[in-house]
Amino acid sequence: MAGMNILVCLKQVPGTTQVKIDPQTNTLVRQGIESICNPFDTYALEEGIRLRERYGGKVTALSMGPPQAEPMLKEAISIGADEAILLSDSAFAGSDTLATASTLARAVVKIGSCDLIICGRQTLDGDTGQVGPELAEMLGISFVAYVSKVEEVDRDGMRVQRMVEDGHEVMKVELPAVMTVVKEINIPRLPSLRGMVRAKSATIPVWTARELGVAAGEVGMPASATQVIRVFFPQRVSKGEMLPGDAEAQAESLVTRLRESKLI
Amino acid sequence: MGIRIDLENCTGCGDCVPSCPFGLIEIIDEKAHIGEGCTLCGVCREACSFEAIVIDKAAVTGVADDTHRGVWVFAEGSHSRLRSVGYELLAKGRELADVLGTELCAVCLGHNLSGAEELIAHGADRVYLADDPALAHNEEDFFTGELVRLIREHKPEVVIAGATSLGRAFIPRVAAILKTGLTADCTDLGIDAGKRLLLQTRPTFGGNIMATIICPAKRPQMATVRPRVFRKGVPDKSRQGQIIKVDFKKEGITSRTKLIDFVEDITEKVKLEDADVIVSGGRGLGKAENFRLIEELASVLGAAVASSRPPVDEGWIPYSHQVGQTGKTVCTKLYIACGISGAVQHLAGMQTSDTIVAINRDPAAPIFEVASYGIVGDLFEVVPELIAKLKT
Repeated sequence: MAGMNILVCLKQVPGTTQVKIDPQTNTLVRQGIESICNPFDTYALEEGIRLRERYGGKVTALSMGPPQAEPMLKEAISIGADEAILLSDSAFAGSDTLATASTLARAVVKIGSCDLIICGRQTLDGDTGQVGPELAEMLGISFVAYVSKVEEVDRDGMRVQRMVEDGHEVMKVELPAVMTVVKEINIPRLPSLRGMVRAKSATIPVWTARELGVAAGEVGMPASATQVIRVFFPQRVSKGEMLPGDAEAQAESLVTRLRESKLI
Repeated sequence: MGIRIDLENCTGCGDCVPSCPFGLIEIIDEKAHIGEGCTLCGVCREACSFEAIVIDKAAVTGVADDTHRGVWVFAEGSHSRLRSVGYELLAKGRELADVLGTELCAVCLGHNLSGAEELIAHGADRVYLADDPALAHNEEDFFTGELVRLIREHKPEVVIAGATSLGRAFIPRVAAILKTGLTADCTDLGIDAGKRLLLQTRPTFGGNIMATIICPAKRPQMATVRPRVFRKGVPDKSRQGQIIKVDFKKEGITSRTKLIDFVEDITEKVKLEDADVIVSGGRGLGKAENFRLIEELASVLGAAVASSRPPVDEGWIPYSHQVGQTGKTVCTKLYIACGISGAVQHLAGMQTSDTIVAINRDPAAPIFEVASYGIVGDLFEVVPELIAKLKT
C-alpha cells in the first residue's frame, strides 16, 4: 500500500468525569467547564498517524461542532495530523446521529479521495456509536466496528482484528472503509514540540452549511429523524442495609441474608 | 429555530447555569444568557422552574407513513444458537405490540439456527427466518441488505434489536439506508398509543441524564437495547405462531468484509451474560494477582467473574469481563462488588441487578447508594471470611 489518505473524526465532549449529581438539588455539579476530545477518538487519531507512518500518506482530522472545537483540532495537528477541518454552523445544532452522519458525509465528498475513515467506538456524551456505521452507509463504503488491531493494509484491503462479546475476529475489509476503534488498539502519543509549533501556525478551515452546499433544512434539527421530548435525572433510591461489625460478623450476616433469600 | 430565553419569565435564579453539560449558560444582568456552542440538548429547560427556556422545534416535515404496522424484534444468533437478548426483546415487544394492537414478529437470519419455535413461545406471532450458508457467520453486509429488504417489503412501524457488537454495527446501517431514526442503548421503551409513537428512553452524558426520544415522522421507529436490560418472559409452548421461510439471495448485496478467523477468549469460565451470580473486582484489588481472591469467591458461588474499568485498563483482566458503560450490561440475581467505588459508568452496567452487595473501605463510595447490602471494610479481610463461611 503506497500512501493512504486517512480521515479521523473527532468530537469535542464535556469531560464527564467532572460531571456529578448534587444529591440535594438533583442537578449536575460541574467543577470547571472544560471540554475535551472524546477519549475514544484519541485512539482513532493515533491509529491514523501510525498507519501513515507505516504506509505513507496523509491524516486529516475532521470535526463537527461549535467554534470552540478549534483548539481540539489544533491539538490534533500538534499530535501528528497533517491538517484539520472544522464543520461549524449554528444550523448544525440539534443534529441527531443521522443528521451528523449526513453532514460528515458531505464533508468527506468535498474533501475528495479517502481510503480510510477512523472513528472512536462511541462518544462519552451521546454514547451511541452510530455515526460511524451511518457514515459508511451514506458513503456506500465498507464498515468494520471495534477494531483492536490493524494487521496489514494492501491493495486488496486491510486485515484487522475486532473485538466481539466472546473473543475477537479477524476480518478482511475492502477499502475505502470506515472503521471504529477500541482503546485496546494503541496508546495515544502526546503532542510533540515540533507538532506544537506546526499547530500554532496552522489555520483550520471552517466549513459552514454554505461551503458544504447544503440548505438549512438538510442539516441540524430539521434533518434529524429523532427528537428529544423529555430530559430527566435518574432516581437513585438507596434501599440498602449496612452490615455492621468486624469482617467476620459482616460475612456472617451477609451469608445468612443471602441464604434466607435463597440467592445462594 | 434554536434556543432562546423568555426574558419575561426568567428570574435570573441561576438554576440553569450548573445544568448545562457544556457550561454555556451565564447570568448577565439578572437574565440567563446562552453562549455559542449549544447543541439544543434540552437539559437546561428541565432545570428551569419558570419555563423561561424555550427550544423552538423545527416543524416536522412530512407525516409518518401510516401504512406501517407491526413490531419487529431482530433475534440474533451466535454459533447456531439464538442469543438470550432476542427473547428479552420479545417480552418487551409483546407489551408494545399489545398496546398498539398489532402483531409481533421476530426476524432471524443465520444458518442451521435452532430455536425458531422458541421465539413463538416467547411471544412472536410470526417469525421471518432466512437460513442460508452465506449468513452463517453474521455477515454484516448481508444482514444489512436482507433486513432492509424485509422492512421495505413488510413495513413494520417499530424495529428493535440488541445492542450487541453485531447489532451496534449493522442496525445503524439499516437505519441510514431507510433514512429513519435510531436510538441506541435504550433502557426503557413505551408507547404513546394515540400517536403510535415509540417512547425511547436512554441514559446520556455517561448515565447522568436520562432522555426520552421519539421518531415522529419516519418509519420504522428503530431502537437498540443492551442485553439483560429487559427480562426474558416465561415461554408458553402452547402459543401459536407462524414461521415464514425467507428465501435469501446474496446476489444484489455487495459484500465488502469477510470473516477470516475467530479466536475465543477462554479466560471467561462462566459467561457474564448467562450468569445468575457475578463477583466483580475493582481498583481496590490493587494488583492482578489479587483477582485470585475474586475468582475463589466466584468458584465457591458458581459465579462469573467481572470487573470495573480500572482493572481492565491496568491489564489485570481481559476486556470481556468489563461491566459498565463501555463494557457489558448485566442484570443478575446477585452482584457482589468488591473494591469498586461505583462510578456512574460502572453503575450504568449493573444497577438493575436484583441484589447488589458492595464491599468497600470507603463509606462514602457511591456503590453503597445502589447496594442492597453494604459492607464497609477491607475486602482482603471480608472476602476470605465470606469464602470460609460459604464453604461450611
